[in-house]
Amino acid sequence: MRETGGRGSRTDIRLSREEIRRYGRHLILPEVGLEGQMKLKAASVLLVGAGGLGSPLALYLAAAGIGRIGIVDFDVVDESNLQRQVLHSTADVGRPKLDSARDRIRSINPNVEIELFDTHLTSANALGILGGFDLVADGTDNFPTRYLVNDACVLLKKPNVYGSIFRFEGQVSVFSAPGGPCYRCLYADPPPPGLVPSCAEGGVLGVLPGIIGTIQAAETVKFILGIGESLVGRLLLFDALTMRTRELKLRRNPECAICGDNASITGLIDYERFCGIEPPPAAGPGDGESAISVAALKAMLDRGEGVFLLDVREPREYEIANLGGHLIPLNDLPRRVHELDSSQETVVYCHSGMRSGQAVQFLKQLGFRKVKNLLGGIDAWADAIDPDMPRY
Amino acid sequence: MATRVLIPTPLRAYTEKKESVLLEGNTVGELLRGLTATYPSLKKHLFDDTGSIRNFVNVYVNDEDIRYLQKEQTQVSEKDTVSIIPSIAGGRS
Repeated sequence: MRETGGRGSRTDIRLSREEIRRYGRHLILPEVGLEGQMKLKAASVLLVGAGGLGSPLALYLAAAGIGRIGIVDFDVVDESNLQRQVLHSTADVGRPKLDSARDRIRSINPNVEIELFDTHLTSANALGILGGFDLVADGTDNFPTRYLVNDACVLLKKPNVYGSIFRFEGQVSVFSAPGGPCYRCLYADPPPPGLVPSCAEGGVLGVLPGIIGTIQAAETVKFILGIGESLVGRLLLFDALTMRTRELKLRRNPECAICGDNASITGLIDYERFCGIEPPPAAGPGDGESAISVAALKAMLDRGEGVFLLDVREPREYEIANLGGHLIPLNDLPRRVHELDSSQETVVYCHSGMRSGQAVQFLKQLGFRKVKNLLGGIDAWADAIDPDMPRY
Repeated sequence: MATRVLIPTPLRAYTEKKESVLLEGNTVGELLRGLTATYPSLKKHLFDDTGSIRNFVNVYVNDEDIRYLQKEQTQVSEKDTVSIIPSIAGGRS
């Protein structure tokens, strides 16, 4: 949906008296000036994700006077987002992220034209959505969307300002710029599911996406202005714990499957499948036979049925809230499996059911027959059964 | 002659939380084999079943990707720093 009327072509770009006052500190910079500010106003940037990285991107790009900002997101604001997603405030909990993002951008700079895409980015819609913008800033949280954004940017020849975070560390670069490398040149294949923990499982320092997303915003503005040295061909690594940055050289890989000399990928593919996410999983979290709902578990416990609860989260998570389960973090399970009794009915739980799904799969491979995964994890329990339980 | 190998956050769970490890070896391959010999649970995160470095893990000597040097045969000295850089996906959530 388009939020305000379209503007004229680039040659019609003018700054109003209000805009000249607003952007005064840019206008007196020789590297920006009136000409640069008009370039920013003529530019359009698509933000993929209005979360941790998308927050500072949206705030600073709006403040800088980017003419048109598009945002793709489908999520609603959750309390656990507020620790880092500064685009949204406490009063926005439960609202679509797009709504709070739009309100916040308007309050910062009403001159910005906002386009909202209330959807998952998919192979079916990506080229259409990305095609309407000059640049893309990638603030996604999963590998299928990362590869989708990369491939769509390469096919459309759009620069992709990339940022990624994990716990205390971040990576930033600019991919798919003319002559430069793409994300696949750096990583030809994604890791198999489960091998790399997500932010939801691994945690993240709230300030980190603020820093990384702000670096992405700086790269975006520099790219539009054509000033300085961009991160094209360089991967910036940032470690908040040591407060050190490092820089690695990136090269375009002539054998890259999408931007190489003999590219084998010429259109968008099935990225869930490419990342090894096969719906539905063989014995994964959704499998009826090896899964149990929180309501069914409550009923079992209420009936006094002997069920062994196994908690595969980390000790810190256990401290916040637990169901009295036996704690063996997922990574320790292989060497501590002797603590379990395969003849006993066992329900495995974690925060949301992903890690416990892996634990159930692992135990089944070892011959455990009576293990079930608690669907939705302790979070679903807190939601449906025990509202007093702390959530995180 | 020991070379410093930097361990990224996601893999520190397998190196007793160490951020870097000093290892003996003349090539990147020797260092990585020494690393996985010391920390066996790291092996499946660095190498696939055929013993090749996984595609979602890049290894750098200083700021150069070993894929554009001599790969695992890339020579190292005590002046070099070897970095293991796996792909990370986080951002939106």
